[in-house]
Amino acid sequence: MSTTPTIGVLALQGDVREHLTALADAGARALPVRRPEELAGVDGLVIPGGESTTMSKLAVAFGMLEPLRAFVRAGRPVYGTCAGMIMVADKLLDAREDQETLGGIDMIVRRNAFGRQNESFEAAVEVAGIDGGPVEGVFIRAPWVESVGASVDVLATYGGHTVAVRQDNVLATSFHPELTGDHRIHAFFVDMVRSGA
Amino acid sequence: MSSTPTTPQTPETGTARVKRGMAEQLKGGVIMDVVTPEEAKIAEDAGAVAVMALERVPADIRKDGGVARMSDPDMIDGIINAVSIPVMAKSRIGHFVEAQVLQSLGVDYIDESEVLTPADEVNHSDKWAFTTPFVCGATNLGEALRRIAEGAAMIRSKGEAGTGNVVEAVRHLRQIKGEIAKLRGCDHNELFAAAKELRAPYELVKEVAELGKLPVVLFSAGGVATPADAALMRQLGAEGVFVGSGIFKSGDPAKRAAAIVKATTFYDDPKVIADVSRNLGEAMVGINCDTLPEAERYANRGW
Repeated sequence: MSTTPTIGVLALQGDVREHLTALADAGARALPVRRPEELAGVDGLVIPGGESTTMSKLAVAFGMLEPLRAFVRAGRPVYGTCAGMIMVADKLLDAREDQETLGGIDMIVRRNAFGRQNESFEAAVEVAGIDGGPVEGVFIRAPWVESVGASVDVLATYGGHTVAVRQDNVLATSFHPELTGDHRIHAFFVDMVRSGA
Repeated sequence: MSSTPTTPQTPETGTARVKRGMAEQLKGGVIMDVVTPEEAKIAEDAGAVAVMALERVPADIRKDGGVARMSDPDMIDGIINAVSIPVMAKSRIGHFVEAQVLQSLGVDYIDESEVLTPADEVNHSDKWAFTTPFVCGATNLGEALRRIAEGAAMIRSKGEAGTGNVVEAVRHLRQIKGEIAKLRGCDHNELFAAAKELRAPYELVKEVAELGKLPVVLFSAGGVATPADAALMRQLGAEGVFVGSGIFKSGDPAKRAAAIVKATTFYDDPKVIADVSRNLGEAMVGINCDTLPEAERYANRGW
């Protein structure tokens, strides 16, 4: 693996540009991914924040669901923020029955668990494996992890709820590091891609 | 980001970053006007990133006349309960009590909108006073920056709502993007005069000149009726689109809504736009904007 891995950002909908900037800042070559052939050319993938129901519908409509699932199954590194965390969950609560996820982390995620927009908040969050003090946690209509399987590492909790997890090569956070100038979690993911793919 | 705010140790709601960040999550998406929970379900099923609750769609406001106001709180509650995606709702310009009511109902965004009849012909609402974020319309850069100075966390180019005619949407978006490009070309001496000309705070003008974009998300609204219209606005630089009457005043709302969502994501792929544009049924009947009397131009409301 070269020292500059190529990392895609799923660009069906959401805050794609912020992730592209953060990944480039963290030492990756970053590009948007909307099609199966674009997915085939990347070493790792970020699933951004956005509206998970919209993202999941577009993934189905444009034939991305199975290629994305195969990408995860093949053990390629994936990082999901907020809606992206929902997308990599094996099971959901408070979601539409027809909402498809990719799976990848043996966990149950509750959508909008922290509340609606008026309850959205910022707070400092300590994340295991991230040195240099707490990260800036921006939680927007954020989900939390209700429960995890035995092989999932809990990396961070906030207010008694799990908000960052990792299972093998799949990483997920309830919050949005891409909306801050602090790109330590993106650097952590870039390292995962360097060593894991 | 030009300035990184320090993160509070205790949770803090209603910060600029949380308000503006919410709009960042909507990018690349379509926000649809709905007047009932049933329409909200159709919009969600079609892949809308959010719905906008209002009393009547703009085309009906034009047809029926009278004063257009905030929706019935019961209807807004019904819409909030019907869908899991964010719910926005419109207040009249300067009607901060309607905005207070909408905040208390728990809507996710308030649109202080020229489509409703203005309540104040001088002042817009002080949007910093709210936890709920606001989106506001603008026809040019100065107007956008005045709204941001008042606390708006998202801007939409106004267009001319309820006409099904994209011409004003194009005009306003081009105007805003053109004025941003012009600021990019200014040297620092010229920014003071530019701020005066734009009638906008110098600090915001300087920020736009440095970023080459607004400090908040920019969507387009007012006249989008087809998938190609939505893709046009995206290619012109809108980060997403609002669709009002264009969906529920058309022959097959569910199909048209889904098509507009797809065209908004694949806005630069004519083959996709062609595919989704097939057999959509009747589009809403449009209005020629040059035959609209001045008093019926909603874009002139707000200042």
